[in-house]
Amino acid sequence: MSGGVDSAVAAARMVAQGHEVTGVHLALSKNPQSYRTGARGCCSIEDSHDARRAADVLDIPFYVWDFAEEFQEQVVDDFVAEYRAGRTPNPCLRCNEKIKFAAVLDRGIALGFDAVATGHYARVVDNGSEVELHRAVDPDKDQSYVLGVLNQTQLRHSLFPLADTPKTQVREEAARLGLSVAKKPDSHDICFIPDGDTQGFLSRYLGTDEGDIVDADGVKLGIHHGSHNFTVGQRKGLDLKIPAPDGNPRYVLKIEPVNNTVVVGSREQLAVSILRGIRPTWTQHPVEGPWRGQAQYRAHGTPVDATISLQAGELVVELDEPATGIAPGQSVVVFDGDRVVGSATLAESH
Amino acid sequence: MSAANTYLDHAATSPMRQVAIEALNRHLSIVGNPSALHVAGQRARRALEEAREQLAAAVGAHPTEVVFTSGGSEADSIAVVGGMRAQEAAGRSRCLVSAIEHPAVLGMTERGAETLPVTHDGAVDVERAVALVDGDVGVVSVMAVNNETGIVQPLEPIRRAARAVGAWFHTDAVQALGHVPLSFRDGGFDLMSVSAHKVGGPVGVGALAVRRSVRPGAIGLGGGQEREVRSGTGMVALAASFAAAAEQAVAELEAETLRLRGLQQRVVDLVSGCGGAVNTIRAEHAPHIVNVTFPGLRADDLLFLLDQRGVYASVGSACRAGVHQPSEVLLAMGRSADEAAATLRFSLGHTSTGADVDRLAEVLPGSVARARAANPSA
Repeated sequence: MSGGVDSAVAAARMVAQGHEVTGVHLALSKNPQSYRTGARGCCSIEDSHDARRAADVLDIPFYVWDFAEEFQEQVVDDFVAEYRAGRTPNPCLRCNEKIKFAAVLDRGIALGFDAVATGHYARVVDNGSEVELHRAVDPDKDQSYVLGVLNQTQLRHSLFPLADTPKTQVREEAARLGLSVAKKPDSHDICFIPDGDTQGFLSRYLGTDEGDIVDADGVKLGIHHGSHNFTVGQRKGLDLKIPAPDGNPRYVLKIEPVNNTVVVGSREQLAVSILRGIRPTWTQHPVEGPWRGQAQYRAHGTPVDATISLQAGELVVELDEPATGIAPGQSVVVFDGDRVVGSATLAESH
Repeated sequence: MSAANTYLDHAATSPMRQVAIEALNRHLSIVGNPSALHVAGQRARRALEEAREQLAAAVGAHPTEVVFTSGGSEADSIAVVGGMRAQEAAGRSRCLVSAIEHPAVLGMTERGAETLPVTHDGAVDVERAVALVDGDVGVVSVMAVNNETGIVQPLEPIRRAARAVGAWFHTDAVQALGHVPLSFRDGGFDLMSVSAHKVGGPVGVGALAVRRSVRPGAIGLGGGQEREVRSGTGMVALAASFAAAAEQAVAELEAETLRLRGLQQRVVDLVSGCGGAVNTIRAEHAPHIVNVTFPGLRADDLLFLLDQRGVYASVGSACRAGVHQPSEVLLAMGRSADEAAATLRFSLGHTSTGADVDRLAEVLPGSVARARAANPSA
């Protein structure tokens, strides 16, 4: 229970369904003050109090579980390391994979619980032999992408009681139940960067050393103050003094962290058709393919048609139409219609 | 809380005594500000002064020495912050506090106070403490009974050393009142803090006993209603309720000590039988606290499993946003962070019965086994 409206209503529904429910709030920072976010979302002292109040309204026990160390190691350190390596990670996915549906689930099961229920918008469907993960009905709220990394064992112990409900209805339900968080704003930012200043956060770890911005031929076009400030596909903020010969805008093509260089080029040079993902995960079981499905490579991105296969332990996604703005480190989640099949971390695309 | 639940967290707060509830209710209907000059004010003043006399008698102080506060923390703060303010004006710059004080005293270390070390057994190391006292010391603060371990602290030799150099000696007696014999006058203290809700009085009121010759500086602004040291309208009903609770707790002290010692021994035997190492055995200790380390489990897990079974214990130390912080007290006693994180406190009080211990005996072995199994690092 993050202290937000979704997890509070999810808990309420679990209670209403007759489960024996205990509220758990995750303390993800050793110093909760540093995550103070006001009305923004999760992780602060105020949020834990909001969650506790909701639990009390529902008349369920409530605990704060301290996963600060695990979160630092598995999510924050990984986030920084990925940027250091020139990649663009998604920490929410990582948190779901390593914390919420791993460390928390393990501890819960060890203490006698059967499942973790969260306020995520997605559906688990038991097809008789396996549990499937499906998109939520409300496409604006669908969070199947950030859950796409869960495996069959995790899904068997996961419940998403909000599943199909439009957000407005969740808020109405919260108000009807007398939950004080009914009108609390949604959180959108990365929870451990509450001020939203990702670049400032990364600069504290990775420094602001000056580096070159070059074109694909290696010609120096400008300078920057930290390659972690860039992501592949980025157009704004390059601040190049030399315009492109054809006068068209330039985009970040590649980040080379070792020599602290950012490579830029045209939109055409940015377009890719083949994505190779490492460390594939499967919601049910590995699928060799090739098969026709959809790929999504950003949390709020549109799924695109693709031919998908497993080759030498890597997930290979051939897009029907070339796409831009695909950065190494991002997760590609593959769908068969509404059903999540698996995910992988993008290593390379061309 | 249903009758089936077992409350073993009296050191955190104790259920209110019937006499305290009655005194509170009776005095809530008194109209008038005790500082007002009309007859209503006079009635309120009389009730407040009667409460002051009643509490003074319970803690072995003269009524003029009792300053009502909002609780133990405010009393501690006045003693150490206000005490040092006055002593600094007299040219004394050092403040000494034991390493196992409540945060309301220990917080002085952030303002330059030095800490007195404790032994492995949980008592202040007298020899080293006395060696730190010199003529530059303004205030020495050592608690009477530690809130986490129940260890009775060796106040007298340290008090004498402080007195010999003209430093003020303060004791936080919040956990001592009603649990061990306590007298402000006989103890020879300059300042002594007590709190109502640890002895079955209401939350929100405490007191600082202040020797007449000792004048700590005020730490809050206002009318100085309580001896120019503490401001705020006199809390008639809270004070009366506190006094009633303290009077009863002290009157029952001898019989209760005997009774609680019996229960305490049963808890000690019980936790020892589950592989727990009791931290409160080797030094003189109060009859109401059992502090125990269960190697190989996380106290948070055990607390949770007991809670599920209707048994309320405590991790003893401070929580921040619901997260159990490693106990400063146990760390000061030389325990490791892992040991501190595996430590629970069971605390007894006036409503505790043999049935509570019976219930603990039923659920503890299974809960300990489950918590051990749930610990990934074990």
